[in-house]
Amino acid sequence: MVLLSLAYHSLKNRVLTTALTVFSIGLSIALLIGVENVRVGARESFANTISQTDLIVGARGGSLQLLLYSVFRIGAATNNITYQTYEHWKNHPAVAWTIPYSLGDSHRGFRVVGTDENFYKHYRFRRDRSITFDSGRLPQDVFEVALGSDVAKTLGYKTGDKIVITHGVAAAAGRGILDHKDKPFTVSGVLTKTATPVDRSLYIPLEGISAVHIDWTDGAPPMPGEEVPAEKITKQTVKIDQITSFLLRSKSRIDTLRLQREISTYAEEPMQAIIPGLTLQELWRTIGYAEDALTVVTFFVIIVGLLGMLVSLYTSLNERRREMAILRAIGAGPFKIISLLVLESFLLSIAGCVLGVALVYVLSVTFQPIVEQHFGLYVPIQPPTSTGWIYLGAVAVAGLIIGFIPAWKAYRNTLSDGLSVRL
Amino acid sequence: MSGTAPAIQLTDVRFAYGKGPTVLDIPSFRVEAKERVFLFGPSGSGKTTLLGVMAGVLAGYSGGVEVLGRDIAKLSGSQRDAFRGSHLGYIFQLFNLIPYLSVMENITLPCRLSAERRARLKGVPLEQGAHAVAQRLGIDELLTKRVTNLSVGQQQRVAAARSLLGTPELIIADEPTSSLDYDHREKFLELLFESCAAAGSTLLFVSHDRSLMHLFDRQLSLPDINRAGA
Repeated sequence: MVLLSLAYHSLKNRVLTTALTVFSIGLSIALLIGVENVRVGARESFANTISQTDLIVGARGGSLQLLLYSVFRIGAATNNITYQTYEHWKNHPAVAWTIPYSLGDSHRGFRVVGTDENFYKHYRFRRDRSITFDSGRLPQDVFEVALGSDVAKTLGYKTGDKIVITHGVAAAAGRGILDHKDKPFTVSGVLTKTATPVDRSLYIPLEGISAVHIDWTDGAPPMPGEEVPAEKITKQTVKIDQITSFLLRSKSRIDTLRLQREISTYAEEPMQAIIPGLTLQELWRTIGYAEDALTVVTFFVIIVGLLGMLVSLYTSLNERRREMAILRAIGAGPFKIISLLVLESFLLSIAGCVLGVALVYVLSVTFQPIVEQHFGLYVPIQPPTSTGWIYLGAVAVAGLIIGFIPAWKAYRNTLSDGLSVRL
Repeated sequence: MSGTAPAIQLTDVRFAYGKGPTVLDIPSFRVEAKERVFLFGPSGSGKTTLLGVMAGVLAGYSGGVEVLGRDIAKLSGSQRDAFRGSHLGYIFQLFNLIPYLSVMENITLPCRLSAERRARLKGVPLEQGAHAVAQRLGIDELLTKRVTNLSVGQQQRVAAARSLLGTPELIIADEPTSSLDYDHREKFLELLFESCAAAGSTLLFVSHDRSLMHLFDRQLSLPDINRAGA
């Protein structure tokens, strides 16, 4: 207790270096815990890019590919499935709802997704959030389009604007040569930001996809003058032949696996169904090395913080030789001298840990809504995770161990100085 | 410790720092209990070394050093530290105080470090004991101050108070008055004598300044007893 009080007063006496040391350790702790929280948040947010969908169904192919083009709008499908097949599964007794996706067109680099009202009704992300509109309403007419918020923001579109979609997805912004110029779409509404890939797409009715290709033959546009005028096309006159994939919710979890098996063995058409959660995890593992890199960097920051403490304690020793001689004269043995310095270093690192955790809390509370809105990253505000506690413990122990270096030096000093007056 | 044991008894003590020249070579040196001894010698005559040996801080000497009837060499390092903390009061020439502690905390520190020394307060609460000692030395009103705000004379009296609290049997003072002017020296010594008498402590006072030597029971010249210093 005496030593604790001595260590405390000694640190308090050097308030500036103490504060700076605690601050530098605190910052590195905050970084470490912060990175850990962001990592947990990123994993959670990623896993919840799409929610409440039990299966993603498409033509047979790679499961990752199906996930990428259906959820992240990356890459393209090699095959479509017939609308007939879709209707078969849509009306399957074990199925609660389905959301059809028809992909393949784009607008200035953003994907165009043909879908139906089920998308606006049933699509969920981040557990239970649904699609809502910032302005306007969902597209009802064949040639109406709803914009993801990033699309509207980047291209500066608003409700009522007319846009032309491009055939194919490879063209970069503005370079599409096969524009569906003859059949422009009217913006009916803009979706609220979801901070998921939903924001980076345009949504038109399934009939719209069919309509722009209605006069095409064998993948080629009609000859000039042979186009079917847009005015003549209504939802009733358009026939939907095929879609690219669909999301499926089963009535009970038990049905999910049975349905998956049933779909992949469907005799009419080669199909596959994936469970998005599992495939997302698989994908996360392949891109997760970035978080490890981040953690390694953070560990170096911690080491720098602790070295700063070592330097400040070590350099203070020369000024403190006098103090050590006094302590020895009044009966403090080398063990107590060593304990004093180790205790000081331990106190510094503990204070650093406390400050670091406090910083993380303050920063999380302050920036959580902003981060969630802008990056779609929900960083949890919570006591340190078990990994976090291990980090904190490790830093405290490291502080304790590092304290032995100046302590040993102080011990050597006291042996050579004895009670002599050295200044 | 019997009452008749000498406070300090050195027999054939030799000491050198490492492989350096012999600094101490003392055939015999004895201080009786409750005696007030003035030990003088010029700088470099081995005063601080002798004090270090007697305080049990410097090891590696040959010969016998008995302090308060105890053979210092037979104690382990930590026992020597405990012994010093409990039975000895030490006053430095200058800068006696831990700068980051208050006057009160400085005075009570030896008693807080050594349970044995604290026990010799005989149940008197630590702060009350400190007040009593401080009152005798005229520094009662300084107790709550920061030591950095004290004059040198005040600091030395605080150091004296610290060395006296817990009534150690032996007070060793290493030129404690050299930073004080003459009037303050005498005043300081009077206070120190009074307090030593009240506590029944032996006082070994080391200085190169002989103007105060007449105030002591006995005066010794270190060069006379130390053959190495010649």
